[in-house]
Amino acid sequence: MIDILKFRLGYGNQTVAFPDGPPRFPARFRGRPVVDPSRCEAGCAACVEACPTDAILDPGTAAMRVDLGRCTFCGDCAAACPPGALRFTGDHRLAARSREALVVSRDAPVLAEALDQELRRVLGRSLKLRQVSAGGCSGCEAELNASGNIQFDVGRFGVQFVASPRHADGIVVTGPVTENMRLALRQTWEAVPAPRIVIAVGACAISGGPFAGSPVTCGGAAAALDGIPVDLYVPGCPPHPITFLDGILRLLGRLK
Amino acid sequence: MARTTTASAGQGPAPRASDVLETWNGEPVDARAVPVHEPARFKEIVLAAHRGGGRLAALFGREDGEGGVLVTAVLADDPEGRLALLATRAADAFPSIAAELPAAQAFERELAEQWGLRPEGHPWLKPLRFEPPRREAPDPFGRADPRATLPGEYPFFRVEGEEVHEVAVGPVHAGIIEPGHFRFQCHGERVFHLEIVLGYQHRGVERLLRGGPDRRSMALAESIAGDTAVGHGLAYAKAIESLSGMAPTARAMSLRGIGLELERVANHVGDLGALAGDVGFLPTASYCGALRAEYLNAVAEICGNRFGRSLVCPGGVKHDLDAEAARALAARVRAAWEKTRRAASLMFESPSVRARFEGTGTVPTALAQELGMVGPAARASGVDRDVRRDHAFGIYRFSHVAVTTAENGDVLARALMRLLESERSVEFVLDQLERLPGGPSRAAPGPLAPGALVVSMVEGWRGEIAHVAVTDAQGRLGAYKVKDPSFHNWFGLAMALRDGQISDFPLCNKSFNLSYAGHDL
Repeated sequence: MIDILKFRLGYGNQTVAFPDGPPRFPARFRGRPVVDPSRCEAGCAACVEACPTDAILDPGTAAMRVDLGRCTFCGDCAAACPPGALRFTGDHRLAARSREALVVSRDAPVLAEALDQELRRVLGRSLKLRQVSAGGCSGCEAELNASGNIQFDVGRFGVQFVASPRHADGIVVTGPVTENMRLALRQTWEAVPAPRIVIAVGACAISGGPFAGSPVTCGGAAAALDGIPVDLYVPGCPPHPITFLDGILRLLGRLK
Repeated sequence: MARTTTASAGQGPAPRASDVLETWNGEPVDARAVPVHEPARFKEIVLAAHRGGGRLAALFGREDGEGGVLVTAVLADDPEGRLALLATRAADAFPSIAAELPAAQAFERELAEQWGLRPEGHPWLKPLRFEPPRREAPDPFGRADPRATLPGEYPFFRVEGEEVHEVAVGPVHAGIIEPGHFRFQCHGERVFHLEIVLGYQHRGVERLLRGGPDRRSMALAESIAGDTAVGHGLAYAKAIESLSGMAPTARAMSLRGIGLELERVANHVGDLGALAGDVGFLPTASYCGALRAEYLNAVAEICGNRFGRSLVCPGGVKHDLDAEAARALAARVRAAWEKTRRAASLMFESPSVRARFEGTGTVPTALAQELGMVGPAARASGVDRDVRRDHAFGIYRFSHVAVTTAENGDVLARALMRLLESERSVEFVLDQLERLPGGPSRAAPGPLAPGALVVSMVEGWRGEIAHVAVTDAQGRLGAYKVKDPSFHNWFGLAMALRDGQISDFPLCNKSFNLSYAGHDL
């Protein structure tokens, strides 16, 4: 017992300063990519040839964009582009409310908008979520788990992952949604009482990621939950816990 | 295999050296040189090799180009560090090996499901991951439409009798974990039998890798099991390098070893925290949960991703470390380990935790051998097996990591494996960071040799990862087989629960911490 207390005293406070202070990332962390088509060489499509998930649209033109919903943030495009038409910044803010808002050009920040006033009133101070892994490789699952640990502590904002969909206000989907999980995912959503939200976490749940086009997967949560809107997309492979926190807090109107 | 020739008296003709094609980890062979036997003879040779101490590392099918299926076995001779390949051709059925060699059971169910080959005499013939068949053939399971079958839609093994009840859990679980279905046959609290149904995570990885290598292949390999991105990524990269006849530089090998060991430590430390959490020992649960991040962040210092994605690539590594960064990383890992050691010992020194761990979920040595278990779960049961030593690859040919085993095969032994292995991995990482070889860390692999086959094995943190790549006449990947260590070990978990308490399940499950995605592919 004494040892445990001594250890505890020496251990100090582990919780990150975010959102009150700046988040800290490793120097090589790859956040939001920035596109500068003026640096493209005519006819060059080296970035597209390097991209594992077809995330780069209209390369070499003024309309060049990156689809964060497909991007795995591997950095291969930037490495294939010595002039620097594509580069990754340390900006962790990636979550968005719509699929279109994930397609970025130039250097504009991606900031998720808040839910409407009524939903914010109901969910703003207490959001219980049921996580459904539907073909997730356990990368996104691990980061969602980490968002609840003493470092990131999403619980301090009243956000918690719960054991039953009946106790939840929404579901968090990871993975491209395999055909073998399509029904279980749908039934989990149906078991959540309204009003309920859907959050898609990771490239796979947003677009199918590297599994896009696989005949045994659905290509993401929106396609699998046909007719049910996705309220928040959190890109990454997997998204950093801070990116998830940022998305959730913006969704709840608690970070502006 | 030298060891196989002595132990087959009275079982038909003894295997000859020419019965198998000898190779070793990462050594490509001419795919046509693999001896093809009649099914009965194939079975004899595999069983004889098994009696002689050999191990079935993989058993998989591929199209033989004539409407049939070529079934290839990879036999591992661990003490000798050798692999042996042999094959048989089947049209619709083959004699099952699983009754004599339980380690083959999942492989044969896979063959039945993927290729419509019926293993005659299989004791437990059920679908494995509910994937659509890869060729037109009558369904060996007698299902009307195999494409429309959901996991779990099959007859479960059932125990009947007074006060016998059934508990069904999943696929959606209480925590943030991957989906799987667990069906317990219980008498009160006592578990008679646990049946584990997987397949919910099937994404079609092997099919997507076919026809490569292409720009997506590496991302797919890293997504086989996201907590083993370095392990599976390395197995894939090694296979491609072998087939293109190139060897990575010493510096690349060292950096890969650092990545692989940091991945092991991160997962092991996370598991120690999860085990502590499961028995309500919160100090270690909190600290190890956070300390795990230290190792994830150490990986991210190298490659920018906490899970080691984009670290390895065919030809070497994508990111290098300068001397200053290597020193900083070593200091960081050393400090993190000092804290981890203390946080973990709080748990191991607590009598109540030890009492809960001890004797729970025991897998005896003989059973672990029989099931072909691998990795820390096997070593906890006294099975001395580790690819880093037995089939040394890359940096492990030059720098050795001592292999640790325990005897009891219970939760305590599996927990101790996590601690002891992490300690050795940290020593290895610090040693490598101190003397990183000079030179470049990446070179471009050339085109792949056509008609070649290679077995690429890596000791991931869960155990033996084996990838088998076969190129077609154009040097593209014509067949790609992935075997995650979980493929062997899930049955070990089921057996660990036998005669245990149903309340032991979460703890046992954590002590194995197997991959659903890695199994389901």
